[in-house]
Amino acid sequence: MSRTRVDVVVVGAGPAGLAAATAAASRGRRVLVVDQGARPGGQIWRHRDGDAVPPRAAMAIDTATRAGVTFIMRAGVIDADGPGRLVIDVDGRIDDIETSALVLATGAVERLLPFPGWTLPGVVGVGGLQALVKGGLSLAGSRVVLSGTGPLLLPVAATVARGGGALTVLEQQPFARVASFGVRAIAADPRRLGDLFTYRAAARGASWHHDAWVMRAEGTDHIEQAVLRLGGREETVACDWLGAASGLAPRTALARLLGCALADDAIAVDARQATTVPGVWAAGECTGVKGDAAGMVEGTIAGAAAAGDDGPSQTLARASAAGRAFARQLATTFAPREALRSRVTPDTIVCRCEGVRAGALGDGWSGRQAKLWSRAGMGVCQGAVCGLAGATHFGWEPGISRPPLGAPRLGAWAGHLAPPTDHQGHP
Amino acid sequence: MADCTILVDGVPRRVPAGSSLAAALLGLGISAFRRDADGRPRAPVCGMGTCFECRVTVDGEDGVRACLLTVREGMRVGTAT
Repeated sequence: MSRTRVDVVVVGAGPAGLAAATAAASRGRRVLVVDQGARPGGQIWRHRDGDAVPPRAAMAIDTATRAGVTFIMRAGVIDADGPGRLVIDVDGRIDDIETSALVLATGAVERLLPFPGWTLPGVVGVGGLQALVKGGLSLAGSRVVLSGTGPLLLPVAATVARGGGALTVLEQQPFARVASFGVRAIAADPRRLGDLFTYRAAARGASWHHDAWVMRAEGTDHIEQAVLRLGGREETVACDWLGAASGLAPRTALARLLGCALADDAIAVDARQATTVPGVWAAGECTGVKGDAAGMVEGTIAGAAAAGDDGPSQTLARASAAGRAFARQLATTFAPREALRSRVTPDTIVCRCEGVRAGALGDGWSGRQAKLWSRAGMGVCQGAVCGLAGATHFGWEPGISRPPLGAPRLGAWAGHLAPPTDHQGHP
Repeated sequence: MADCTILVDGVPRRVPAGSSLAAALLGLGISAFRRDADGRPRAPVCGMGTCFECRVTVDGEDGVRACLLTVREGMRVGTAT
């Protein structure tokens, strides 16, 4: 075990984290970025070892590196004794970091909602499928169904179509709702029109449906077909891959462990990106899903604040306010449809880790009761998947975060912190 | 992109160098990365380390998330196939 002391730790090397690290380092602070991935860039700028780095990512990584930022990759925060003392797992080795300031740029996760057959191999997330393709999976000759909601469907559809897969895309929301959102979004930032054209042109061979979603997946040891709900009727299509999710949700486990308050399921922050815990700032998707450009604005503000700056410039403050407004529009427009709850039969697995089926959950149970009485959320993913499903379908409260986060090798973690004590400090 | 050789359940297999282990195994047609309590196969879902469905054995270590790992020449991988 080694101990490192720095001025600022940034958790997450996506757009917001890179911007925060650059802002703090360019103010003379010693900055460490910790990220789970093999290379900086986060999920949105994920790229394969040896592949060309996306240009915007290359620029952000290069700028951070030149500002003197240090990266620790394949690493995650597993425990914290307040924001100033973090325990990280670096590829199986446990390290201690002491820091004066902490910036959370932990990004978002997909909201994976349960339906019959969703544990079959071949059923993945929407972003999950994109991550696998970016990781080298070939879809040539494959039949793919994407069932989701929100702007992420567009780049993923383009990725699938470019990779040679025959594609059906289902957007949960009605067309009029998506169209009116699109008009406002493009009016606010005309560059989005170019993105829309690029993605739709790449996926022009796909069959697109609105007000539509997957009802169930069927197959023996792998998905063979998906039953879709298209405009009030059901239709079965043969497929090799099903990407199914209901948009993205802020990733807040570390923030909750530190005691940061949430607002609308995102980390609550003020105009300087300060959380409710002194010494902790947050930026990007973890404070509300809003996209990479707005995330970089927030990261710049958070990194400067963590380095001791006064409030952001007028320009940054305006850009940040616009980003927040966009996040609210996104969350409202693409909220999961309530009708999806009807997909869940008593036999449907809700907690994938523990194999807990919906029929084992009592009516009106809270997330805590479900955990205690059915083991839902007690598995290795620590409720990362079923916690969001329960919040969406069963009204579960955000889960209580307990260390260690991210399932480190327990042998390494066990002799690390002082023995557990009770509330009075007795062993 | 060049290939590299990994041992999957004892059998040498060629996979694209630089791939994530999850993508490489799926590309080989493997869908039982692990099995649930009922013996049903499970395979990658989130692709980013959150869901833990892609756990395999790598060089003797259990419970390794294949989506977070890049393939390496000679890597020994155990699945539930």
